[in-house]
Amino acid sequence: MSNQMKQKNLHAIIILSLIATVSITLANNFTNDTRIPSPTEITTYNKTASEEAFTKMMKVLTHKRCVNCHPAGNRPLQGEDSHIHNFNVLRGPDDHGVAALKCKSCHQEQNNDFSGVPGAPEWALAPLKMAWEGLNRVEIARSMMNPENNGGRTLEETVKHLTEHKLVLWAWEPGIDAAGNPREKPPVSKEEYIKAVKEWAAAGAIIPEK
Amino acid sequence: MKISFNINGASQSVDVDKNTPLLWVVRDVLNLKGTKFGCGKAACGACTLHIDGEAIRSCSYPIQLAEGKEITTIEGLSEGDDLHPVQQAWIEEVVPQCGYCQPGFMMATAAMLERIPNPTDQDIDDNIVNVCRCATYYRMRKAIHRAAELKSTHS
Repeated sequence: MSNQMKQKNLHAIIILSLIATVSITLANNFTNDTRIPSPTEITTYNKTASEEAFTKMMKVLTHKRCVNCHPAGNRPLQGEDSHIHNFNVLRGPDDHGVAALKCKSCHQEQNNDFSGVPGAPEWALAPLKMAWEGLNRVEIARSMMNPENNGGRTLEETVKHLTEHKLVLWAWEPGIDAAGNPREKPPVSKEEYIKAVKEWAAAGAIIPEK
Repeated sequence: MKISFNINGASQSVDVDKNTPLLWVVRDVLNLKGTKFGCGKAACGACTLHIDGEAIRSCSYPIQLAEGKEITTIEGLSEGDDLHPVQQAWIEEVVPQCGYCQPGFMMATAAMLERIPNPTDQDIDDNIVNVCRCATYYRMRKAIHRAAELKSTHS
């Protein structure tokens, strides 16, 4: 083999090695890195992963344990059939009920197995701007990510709320009703849900078209 | 579990299971029988008392949360022989029939008047949602308006 041929082969090996190194680095970034990539970095691969994570997350956020306290009107929803809260319970001016009938008149910081009344810290309705009742999963996600609706939360703050707030995580410890029947939990485990929220955010918090 | 709190102006300690509903501590341990058991699921309001000035359904309030709190029951609503305006109005309008649910209504009303001194009928509908099986609602509405008058005169 001539020296010229040897030099060409060497160049080809170097180029192939560089391509392989870059490919491996990118793949590692998309599987292990929790940073939020720029739009140009979002590949077909992580779009699929993001959509799977989104689907898992939204199975929780569209569940009655979440939506019952995100009503579209001024009255909370309750129960497995999401009926309007009994006894004319109202949202009130600060989403915590009215003067002599606040949420905490009945709901304390923990579930009550004697009365069957559910409870968790900061028990309250989501603000009307964060109404989810009647919305589909894409509409809920768009509303949740809109700073005008979500209280100006950044993506990081939204992730923290979704994965750490005790009232949100109550959904997996919903207690029993007055008849002693356990309340239904979301269809995804808490651990899977938290992982999905973080993966979806890390992949750019992309909301699918439908 | 030992829990300490103030009730009707006096300090009190009890040693009971931490999840015991406050209602049963008030009635069975402290022998204050004015607060009633109605439904036991925070729906009817017969067990309403005040905790730090807020109307609370005591059948759904675990005693462990009462540590350090200020509790008022119907027995502590008046100041000695001076009836609370709500009690005075209830007498004037002859509100009770069987009377069982009335302490809860009166405690809820007293809490409302602290925040809404001159309630409209709508305010009453929105805030006083207890249940009375004798249906004394009509007389209660009159008494609530009368209590507001008495309270504004006193203050």
